[in-house]
Amino acid sequence: MDETHNVKIQVRGLSKVFGKHPKKALELRDQGLKRPEILEKTGQTLGLSNIDFDVHEGELLVIMGLSGSGKSTLIRCLNRLIDTTEGDIVIDDEHIPALSDKALLECRRRHFSMVFQNFALFPHRTVQKNAEFGLEVRGISKSERFKIARNSLAQVGLDGWEDAYPNQLSGGMQQRVGLARALANDASVLLMDEAFSALDPLIRKDMQQELMQLQAKTKKTTVFITHDLDEALSIGDRIVLLKDGEVVQIGTPEEILTNPADDYVRRFIEGVDMSRILTAENAMRPVRSTARESDGPRTALHKMRENSIDSIYVVSRERKLLGLLEVDAASQAADQGASTVLDYMTQDFRRVKPDEPLQNLFAMFSEKSFPIAVEDDQQHLLGVVVKGAVLDELARAGDQ
Amino acid sequence: MDIVRIPLGEWIEGGLNWLTSEYSVVTRGISRFTQTGIDGLNDALMWLPQWALLAIIVLLCWRASSIRLGIGAGLGLALIWNLGLWDPMIETLTLVVIATLVAVIIALPVGIAAALSERLYRTIMPILDFMQTMPAFVYLIPAIPFFGIGSVSAIFATVIFSMPPAIRFTTLGIRQVPVDLIEAADAYGATRSQKLFKVQLPLSLPTLMAGINQTIMLALSMVVIAAMIGADGLGSEVWRAIQRLRPGDGFEAGIAVVILAMLLDRLTQSLRRSRR
Repeated sequence: MDETHNVKIQVRGLSKVFGKHPKKALELRDQGLKRPEILEKTGQTLGLSNIDFDVHEGELLVIMGLSGSGKSTLIRCLNRLIDTTEGDIVIDDEHIPALSDKALLECRRRHFSMVFQNFALFPHRTVQKNAEFGLEVRGISKSERFKIARNSLAQVGLDGWEDAYPNQLSGGMQQRVGLARALANDASVLLMDEAFSALDPLIRKDMQQELMQLQAKTKKTTVFITHDLDEALSIGDRIVLLKDGEVVQIGTPEEILTNPADDYVRRFIEGVDMSRILTAENAMRPVRSTARESDGPRTALHKMRENSIDSIYVVSRERKLLGLLEVDAASQAADQGASTVLDYMTQDFRRVKPDEPLQNLFAMFSEKSFPIAVEDDQQHLLGVVVKGAVLDELARAGDQ
Repeated sequence: MDIVRIPLGEWIEGGLNWLTSEYSVVTRGISRFTQTGIDGLNDALMWLPQWALLAIIVLLCWRASSIRLGIGAGLGLALIWNLGLWDPMIETLTLVVIATLVAVIIALPVGIAAALSERLYRTIMPILDFMQTMPAFVYLIPAIPFFGIGSVSAIFATVIFSMPPAIRFTTLGIRQVPVDLIEAADAYGATRSQKLFKVQLPLSLPTLMAGINQTIMLALSMVVIAAMIGADGLGSEVWRAIQRLRPGDGFEAGIAVVILAMLLDRLTQSLRRSRR
């Protein structure tokens, strides 16, 4: 990630205590006591403690933690559905904990749309009227909000369902309405509170894909809460890991997988299906030897013998991958006195991009067991993946 | 040794007497206003020929509910007409309608306020318990010094007796609105009144209608009892039958009350169900 991203929301030193004597709980916290001891001594629940993180403009930030980690409290602190006890949240120079009631309404209308775990659709309103809610509350004219809501319903694929009531829709469709309601509002930040957790796995995958596409297209700053690490890894630009109301690690999915901050994160990662997250790049080895387009058959044969391999990739001067030369074809070329090997190459091998998931590679190994070529978008050869390397990588990931 | 009896009754009487004398202008004003309302509605319903009113009610039942309710209403009302109880029935209906109207007008804002304020809720609930469990007859006694003998006193007692369910159900309905819907409304920046009118009230409507249905039923039973303090209607027919020991007359009037009750109940219930 580059360092020039604009910060959209700053969370600094945020704490939340549930109970009537928050001061006492925070004092104990500062003395180094943990949540269970504080609860026992004061009867106060330390929901969140000293949370610091930034949400960058246009990113999809996932806040991930198990139940009781405080993630739902945290997202509700952002738009102050829950009042904070200590600390500051700044969005575009507005200090959310300090806002007056009236300013808070304005701030919520301008900055926050929210999608809820159990959809929270209004059962007495049609799909259309649900999608219009945010605009209606803001006093947008009837014809305009009708147009905008219709548009956002189309965006989530609900054309033709405008006049239905929520209870006539399936769970997945209901959450689309929830998403449309949020999109129609066009606030600057989209808050998603376990938005897909109530959906069944297949629909959930679809919704994740759609959200990522939508997000890539609109560049809407999104804060997504989940308890599911798989989900966090597959949709998040960055992930904030919460445990017992504290931040354990902040980083890209890659950073968290390869460099877990502590045992807690490590244990978490063990449960992840590694083959899905690891990509060709992880298992890729540098190419030991390549033939150049100007090489004659004898040079190519020499290189193969030197490295004890029975096929070699042929690349151009710019390292563009041209083809694969097998040892039989090379000797044939030598017998026929050919000056280059270009006419004897085969294209019968697999090329993949570095971000190809590892699990897809398994199926690609043909019986001939050619290494799989990894190339970038300009067809430059980056490296090769051999069958053994895939297994090695998976075994290594499992051991961690 | 003698324990001094607490003069609770004397205190209450003293308080009531004071209220009556201090606020006689107010009570007389209310009395005149209510009487005008009663007479107006009564005259209007009486002015319509029996068959026309009957047809209107049958049509209403049919439209709002089903043809079955329409037929039932037609048969029931025809029986009342045939027994010569049409006019008392209208008088009773008038009292019920006006008492319910007053009760609901008071109950709605009180119920909403109690739903939104925990403190008010805790203050109001014991008062409602008191109002509902106090034997209904007792309300009749102070009604007389306030408003004199007659229909206005009946309305006063009826309103007090029948209002609690409307308040309770309104409060219940609003409190039953799922928290996540309230949260959604908040998250999108709805003001308190937007929340109330766009989310809480529409969603509590079915419960609210159940409360109004209860209020109507209680009002009907009280209006009949109120015959003891001179309210007109089917109740006074029953009262007369008791005094003259004529069980036949008593049952005729009683059956008319039952028919009216069933009619009102089914009608309001179907109104409630036709809402989504």
